[in-house]
Amino acid sequence: MREKTWVDGLLDYFLNSSTAVKVLASIIAIVGGLIVGLVIMLILDPSRAFAGFSTILFGLFRNGTQSIGNMLYYAVPIILTGLSVAFAFRTGLFNIGATGQLTFGAFFAVYVGVNWTFLGSFHWVVALLAGGLAGAFWGMIPGMLKAFRNVNEVVASIMLNYVAMYFSTLMVKTTIYNQSVARAFGPAESAQIPKGFFETLTNGSSLNYGLFVAFLVTAILHVILAKTTFGYQLKSVGFNRDASRYAGMNEKRNIILAMTIAGAVSGLAGAIMFLVPGRFLTIESNLLQEGFTGIAVSLLGLSSPIGVLIAGIFYGSLEIGGFYLQVTTQFVPELIEIIIAAIIYISALALFFQNIIYKTLKKRKDARLEATHE
Amino acid sequence: MTPVIEMNGITKEFPGIIANDNITLSVQEGEIHALLGENGAGKSTLMSVLFGLYRAEKGKILVRGQEVDIKNPNDANELGIGMVHQHFKLVDTFSVLDNIILGYEDVDRGFLKKDEARQKIIELSEQYKLKIDPDALIRDISVGQQQRVEILKMLYRNSDILIFDEPTAVLTPQEIEELMKIMKALVKEGRSIILITHKLNEIQQVADRVTILRKGKKIDTLDVKDATNEMLAERMVGRKVLFELEKDPHAPGETVFECEGLTMRDPKTQKAVVSDMHFTVRQGEIVTIAGIEGNGQTEMVYGLTGLKPIERGAITLNGQDISHEPILRRNLIGLAHIPEDRQRYGLVLDYTLANNLILHNYFEDRFQSRGFLDKQAIESFAEHVIDKYDVRSSNGADSMARSMSGGNQQKAILGREIERDTDVIIAVQPTRGLDVGAIEFIHKELLALRDQGKAILLISLELDEVMRLSDRIIVMYEGEHVGEFDPAKTSPEELGLYMSGSKRKEA
Ligand SMILES: Nc1ncnc2c1ncn2[C@@H]1O[C@H](COP(=O)(O)OP(=O)(O)OP(=O)(O)O)[C@@H](O)[C@H]1O
Ligand SMILES: [Mg+2]
Repeated sequence: MREKTWVDGLLDYFLNSSTAVKVLASIIAIVGGLIVGLVIMLILDPSRAFAGFSTILFGLFRNGTQSIGNMLYYAVPIILTGLSVAFAFRTGLFNIGATGQLTFGAFFAVYVGVNWTFLGSFHWVVALLAGGLAGAFWGMIPGMLKAFRNVNEVVASIMLNYVAMYFSTLMVKTTIYNQSVARAFGPAESAQIPKGFFETLTNGSSLNYGLFVAFLVTAILHVILAKTTFGYQLKSVGFNRDASRYAGMNEKRNIILAMTIAGAVSGLAGAIMFLVPGRFLTIESNLLQEGFTGIAVSLLGLSSPIGVLIAGIFYGSLEIGGFYLQVTTQFVPELIEIIIAAIIYISALALFFQNIIYKTLKKRKDARLEATHE
Repeated sequence: MTPVIEMNGITKEFPGIIANDNITLSVQEGEIHALLGENGAGKSTLMSVLFGLYRAEKGKILVRGQEVDIKNPNDANELGIGMVHQHFKLVDTFSVLDNIILGYEDVDRGFLKKDEARQKIIELSEQYKLKIDPDALIRDISVGQQQRVEILKMLYRNSDILIFDEPTAVLTPQEIEELMKIMKALVKEGRSIILITHKLNEIQQVADRVTILRKGKKIDTLDVKDATNEMLAERMVGRKVLFELEKDPHAPGETVFECEGLTMRDPKTQKAVVSDMHFTVRQGEIVTIAGIEGNGQTEMVYGLTGLKPIERGAITLNGQDISHEPILRRNLIGLAHIPEDRQRYGLVLDYTLANNLILHNYFEDRFQSRGFLDKQAIESFAEHVIDKYDVRSSNGADSMARSMSGGNQQKAILGREIERDTDVIIAVQPTRGLDVGAIEFIHKELLALRDQGKAILLISLELDEVMRLSDRIIVMYEGEHVGEFDPAKTSPEELGLYMSGSKRKEA
């Protein structure tokens, strides 16, 4: 007779936990995406492929704490938009409007940041909140349209993305326009999100207190979804609208609230992106990419707040890897986008992987069981 | 003669449960082989293994004497195996025609050959008297018709080994008669049928042999002509089952639920589906609305519970006018509802059993404090319901509702609604999909509630159930009240005349 070992315990754990299997599937997707990236690099330039690949993976540690700080700095807005998309998704809504909410939030944050200098040391807090509120408002609109007029939130949000973008360029031009460089003024120093101890800790990286906002929002959304009656309702509506109505839940209220909260989170992302030195609202007609990246991160994070946090940090580290890749080798940083895209495609096959994982584990377990019986 | 199907030593496990434990089943060509067993005994699982939806961990399958490896439903189709699932697998927004040809499309240079398919479907539907409009959308047709679509789907694929998983649970008695005839005609042509059902009379009526499962194990295979209903029930449940119930005399109290002049219209066709319906239910009585499916019962219940708006009329619950109150208000004033469609309204399939059991009450102080759910209270409430209503599943309170067997899903809903302890309970087809033991339990429970002074409005298509439980019977025909009866002074035959519209009492 063979004793039960930790391997059996581990196998049992994975076999009995669907979450564990899902997480494993995500990890496999990531590895698969990275392999795709490596293959492309091998095709483009075999001699430098491996060096480049290690830059992608470990670029994060290139300049010690500074590059880690910068990685987190990149990751924060992505985490937030990812949370925004994931939260709405748990209520059964596809928030493709994160970029619009982010832009809308960014404008109001910067507007407050440029003008309301009388606020003193509260200035950045108020500017940040202004961004969150504006985003909330912008998320509420498709929520209301969906709740009261049954307008598909995807269509409404896509259109509102453009409205937000043009609104922002128009408002920039008429209110906070810096004629000489043809873009918006940057926020006053008092409105910039403080770096505090990150300054010394990360050796002068760009990281600021935005990181705490990301952590805080992750924690709040996690608690809402996992532990509260409000989250219970939201998920219930997301899973089965008819049953939720049957149970007397107010579906309209839930849809509006979910979209408003999702919008607020994207709005915060916009504020955090622009309440920094050296980044300015432009008058170009481009949708800000971070909103769409949020969709990818939300997918990779399995629409769970903590998953999104991890996926966002992973995304940030790829970004920073891509940055160094460009500096040190011939490879274009777009390679990173290809890798991300491959990961997303592969995670779309997640179900398939889950089955394979499940079966493989099961086989292992059976084999071990038989060994035990002998 | 070699059997068409032989399943040898089939074992299928799910995390936490052995759903099929070394099961052996053999089906002869041209027979109707019934599969009988309690809720959760593993019938659907065994058939899903045969149909390629699950892979068994152990065991062999032989089709027409050949050992086969059925990896997915396509393999099953190739072998001529077709299945009508307990919960249909149709695309709601597709037409009947599209659903039938889905996955089996004939194409000509990339274009669907729909005209030929339509022709073939029309022929099949005439040959087997399965009347259907090929262009209707699935979501617009009744469950009985949806089932015809599932049957046509099998016939269209030329399947000759047909699996029916509780086909009659969703049918009216008339439709059941039809289906029995169709099944007999199908085996006469040399096809073979495996029929899962909880209704012993149906087994007596059409089946040649019956295999009994209990808790994942095979108990026996019997010739039906040697078996009585009592015997079957006992073999299946492991104890004697009462087919007759003691019922205390009718002693109604005050009226607590009432509706007057209820009228509802179909928003699309503008036809009145419920017109001028009226009834009262008093404390301590079970009032039944009897009728053939599609005569407005479903809509009436939606109107009473608030799932659909009403056009005219007054609904009174505990003395309050609730005609236009939101659903939550009605629930709070004291209305419980066991819905007809358990997967659409009754359950959130992706929630655990425990979470499903608090669907109406999650906001009450016993399950939350300051907006935070009380996990422990929820868990212990779930344990209570699981225990009392014998809800069986693989992981107890933490099982996903989706993974539970159909009958156990129904038991969970029944337990939840009854435990809400409301003054009025609307029970629509409450025992749909339950095994005989569970039906006996639920019937007793409903009678006990009545004796405690609850008012129960029962909507049922099963005349047996209607006669056994009701204190008063109201027949509904084409959305109207056509007569009220005392079950002691009427017969199923008399009710039938009113239900089919041949007779009506003037009010
Ligand atoms: N996908 C699954 N995951 C986990 N457990 C499952 C799954 N499918 C079925 N089970 C469990 O296996 C057991 C057998 O289920 P099955 O659906 O075969 O029962 P059944 O005999 O068809 O019952 P019913 O008469 O209620 O339809 C049940 O306890 C059920 O909870
Ligand atoms: Mg079943």
